Amino acid sequence: MALLQISEPGLSAAPHQHRLAVGIDLGTTNSLVATVRNGISVVLNDDDGSALLPSVVRYLADGSLQVGLAAQAVQSEDPQNTIVSVKRFMGRGLKDVGEVVDLPYRFVDTPGMLQLRTAGGVKSPVEVSAEILKVLRDRAERSLGGELVGAVITVPAYFDDAQRQATKDAAKLAGLNVLRLLNEPTAAAIAYGLDNASEGVYAVYDLGGGTFDISILRLSKGVFEVLATNGDSALGGDDFDQRIYCWVLEQAGLSQLGVNDVRLLLTHARTAKEQLTEHMQAQITAVLSGGELVDVTLTREAFYDMTRNLLARTIQPTRKALRDAGLGADEVRGVVMVGGSTRMPQVQRAVADFFKQTPLTNLDPDKVVALGAAIQANVLAGNRSADDWLLLDVIPLSLGIETMGGLTEKIIPRNSTIPTARAQEFTTYKDGQTAMSIHVMQGERELVSDCRSLAQFALRGIPPMVAGAARIRVTFQVDADGLLSVSAREMTTGHESSIAVKPSYGLSDEEITQMLKDSAQHARDDMQARALREQQVEARQLLEAVDAALQEDGDLLDADGRAAIRASMEGVRFLLEGADQSAIKRAVEALNQATLPFAQARMDKSVSSALKGHKMSDLES
Amino acid sequence: MSDPAIDLKQDFFTLFDLPRRFKLDDVALDQRYRDLQSQVHPDKSAHLSDAEQRLAMQSSTRVNEGYQILRNPLRRGRYLLSLYGVDTQEENNTAMPMDFLMQQMEMREALQEAVDTQDLDTLDELSDTTRDETRLLQQELAEQLDFKQAFVEAAGTVRKLRFLEKLAEEIADAYDELDP
Repeated sequence: MALLQISEPGLSAAPHQHRLAVGIDLGTTNSLVATVRNGISVVLNDDDGSALLPSVVRYLADGSLQVGLAAQAVQSEDPQNTIVSVKRFMGRGLKDVGEVVDLPYRFVDTPGMLQLRTAGGVKSPVEVSAEILKVLRDRAERSLGGELVGAVITVPAYFDDAQRQATKDAAKLAGLNVLRLLNEPTAAAIAYGLDNASEGVYAVYDLGGGTFDISILRLSKGVFEVLATNGDSALGGDDFDQRIYCWVLEQAGLSQLGVNDVRLLLTHARTAKEQLTEHMQAQITAVLSGGELVDVTLTREAFYDMTRNLLARTIQPTRKALRDAGLGADEVRGVVMVGGSTRMPQVQRAVADFFKQTPLTNLDPDKVVALGAAIQANVLAGNRSADDWLLLDVIPLSLGIETMGGLTEKIIPRNSTIPTARAQEFTTYKDGQTAMSIHVMQGERELVSDCRSLAQFALRGIPPMVAGAARIRVTFQVDADGLLSVSAREMTTGHESSIAVKPSYGLSDEEITQMLKDSAQHARDDMQARALREQQVEARQLLEAVDAALQEDGDLLDADGRAAIRASMEGVRFLLEGADQSAIKRAVEALNQATLPFAQARMDKSVSSALKGHKMSDLES
Repeated sequence: MSDPAIDLKQDFFTLFDLPRRFKLDDVALDQRYRDLQSQVHPDKSAHLSDAEQRLAMQSSTRVNEGYQILRNPLRRGRYLLSLYGVDTQEENNTAMPMDFLMQQMEMREALQEAVDTQDLDTLDELSDTTRDETRLLQQELAEQLDFKQAFVEAAGTVRKLRFLEKLAEEIADAYDELDP
């Protein structure tokens, strides 16, 4: 727009070279995106001014979808196609997800990770999460006015390898360059620690919608060192809702509800939970699809009683984390509360009782993770030197392999600082054996059946030798995202074979490519719609600007000049309401052309008025 | 300033700029660890090429490995002996002084009993005894390695320390079991 680009002398119109990077908190209940702007970490709002995007995706039969509030609003009407709390399914098989009976979905039991049958087709949790991430990416790019260089995505510290890999795949599918997977409590510690210039040992107690993390960190001279982490990747606010829901069923004498009623009552349960943060009791009133009226009163006391053991399930990992860190509760200088579920008074009280101090709640528990992730993203994108601080995080669960008799042998113990690697040598137990099978596990239990199977792969091509002569060196590498890769090499003969193993739960690169292709058509439609919207906005802005300029300086032109511009404006206005983006674009260009002489005349006028009363010599200094 | 490359071949004492001794300056080790990670940690090169990121991961992994070995007395002793070309034979040499073995057996029995009777006090006691014994053996190891250069005896002490480490692990597991 030739007309508007008159900038103050000394100020450049283009912003300085800044690589756009964001931090994304992909939450069970809500998701957020934040960025560092002018040195300050800020959460980016949507057009309606809200920061929280409900992590809800609804698939419709015509292939379209709704994400966020729109989807959340209809979850009770269309529960099977409206996926909430998808984070609980990331990297999880059907057998890993408890209480599925009370979730209104049509699960598909696929190996590695379950899938969900919706009106829009069968969807994996990775795809559902990618839709949430796409909305946030779009929000960020519109708000920042450019393409993102990359993103830091946060994950619960207690997420295992499969859950992390699934999260990274979702980000890739959403077209994001993942700078790092960052543990949520660590992200909170960055936001909190840098804000308060704290030193000493801190505990971050993070109770989200579906996950619980406890991390013990030592902050000193710009180093954030995670000493130990623990948690439960299937415990969160949702479970508190479930308790209320079960209580309501019991009180109202209900059983065998339809999916819509399940979702309806779960929604009411959640509202009641939130009310009990401020009030002593909450009324739950709902009319079920069969016409039955549910009307019960839940007191705070009853709510505390029914959730007591959920709280115990957070204190127990807390104690373990402290033990792993070799510290007592009295050595913790501050306890940071993270996650919307820490608003519940009984949670705050339980934490205060355990640590014998009032927990810190001065940063918004919903936003602190995204804010910290944005700060780290800004550093990782290379926008500022990271000399100021160093982040040393750990792997939450031990990695091991299956040995004889269904037992696990730990290769990399939990709470090892990452990146880390460990090599282990294996040998054959039969003469002439040319292959061996390796089963990689994650977890703390002795028995293979109690741990999570990450990958099972065969090493082939071992040169035939007598039993025990071959030496196969298997290397386990955990990178800074907490992701494992395994490679193996036969050492004895000159013949060295090396393989890289991609764990079996994750999506292969081909699968991701295929998914990207499938969604490409959809994305093209999205892109066109977006380009049209942007073009319309630009055209409207131009019309307004020209209108204003004509009112102010119309006398700089003769009647013909004014008429030519007005005609060109009409052309833009006419096309504006249509859906032809390129036609609007051409009209806008024509209008820009038509206003060039006008812009020149205005520029001359403004320069001459600026010079009025000055001698040339005044300007040269 | 970040340079993801370090010499991956040099030994950990050289890498951490510390004298090749069992007795070690903890403060210097911690400081050097942080300095090294500030230089090579993958976070410092996340915006650079894939090759540089891979290099950073290798270097940072190596620094973490060295730090884990040097700050753990048992692993440090074992590592020091390996630099002197002495194998500690922890897998196959079970020749131990009788009194040490007897003491180990008694402690293990006490541990089992504490677990069976859910006796946390005894567990605390066992934990304290194990820690004290470990500390004594570490002092002995320092003598053998740093002053007497008695490597064969030092290897024996490392094997004893390995026994105690296993016992400490079992005690930790017992805590987990009694106090899940």
